[in-house]
Amino acid sequence: MDDIDRKIVLATQSGLPLSAEPYKTVGEEVGIAPQEVIERMARMLEDGAIRRIGLVPNHYALGYAFNGMTVWNVDDMKVRELGPKVGALDCVTHCYLRPRHLPEWPYNFFAMVHGKNRETAEKGIEEIAQVLGDHNKGNLVLFSSRILKKTGMRLGV
Amino acid sequence: MSRAAMREDKSHLLDDKDRALINAYQGGFPLSERPYAEVGEKLGLSEEDVIARIGRMLDEKILTRFGPLYNAERLGGGLTLAAMKLPEEKFDEIAEQVNAFPEVAHNYAREHELNMWFVLATETPDGIAETCKRIEEATGYKVYNMPKEEEFFVELMFEA
Repeated sequence: MDDIDRKIVLATQSGLPLSAEPYKTVGEEVGIAPQEVIERMARMLEDGAIRRIGLVPNHYALGYAFNGMTVWNVDDMKVRELGPKVGALDCVTHCYLRPRHLPEWPYNFFAMVHGKNRETAEKGIEEIAQVLGDHNKGNLVLFSSRILKKTGMRLGV
Repeated sequence: MSRAAMREDKSHLLDDKDRALINAYQGGFPLSERPYAEVGEKLGLSEEDVIARIGRMLDEKILTRFGPLYNAERLGGGLTLAAMKLPEEKFDEIAEQVNAFPEVAHNYAREHELNMWFVLATETPDGIAETCKRIEEATGYKVYNMPKEEEFFVELMFEA
């Protein structure tokens, strides 16, 4: 990432301009042609620096009232094999392997489950339990009780 | 904005065209000269209407953001999930202190002994440990740092 990419990140990280030619607007701010903004953003999208470009809904506003962070204590020998299988479930939006904090936090596998009602969410949790089977040594569901902040990442200006 | 407003079901404010926009463009928004016109053509809307709808849904907080979603790590930065164990009576005060750190990208209250969970995004990988330490110093409470060791699946797509 060079200095111009960095300027594009700064100009767009809080959102794309709502003008007919948004990349032209960004280009004016950065000091480059709109076509160069487009090419650079396309490159960042390709190499994964941009995950995606689009609308980011507040899932509560769409009626997804049940948003559970499910955490599991999964056998270290099996977790890398089972992780992708859990990730493939429809109800799971993302899942990760993370370090335990023993003794108070034995959970190493995190899967986010979203549902418009409790039944859907609970069914999802059951599906995960089935995939993990005996390799699951204990699990919890932490439903979010409030959003305290949701701004997305910000580079310093 | 109040916390209740953030969690409210606002799906009644959406019409079919809004839903179509949300369902079709959580990714793949065009990189072209007139992207809103291009989107409008696909959905049977004018360019102005697409812009107005996205603006309105942002105002109504149906959308939290619109635009590119950057991957902090690929930009050379650090990213982690961290948790804190806070007494209920201190919770709001410390939430405010934690949220004041620009490195805190999202923060959720969760029902567990570890009752505050936030994502930290920093400009350099070293920034994570340093930010955790500054949060501990500012609040007087331990930060449980849980950086991901592997990511199995990330595809956040919600149906409106």
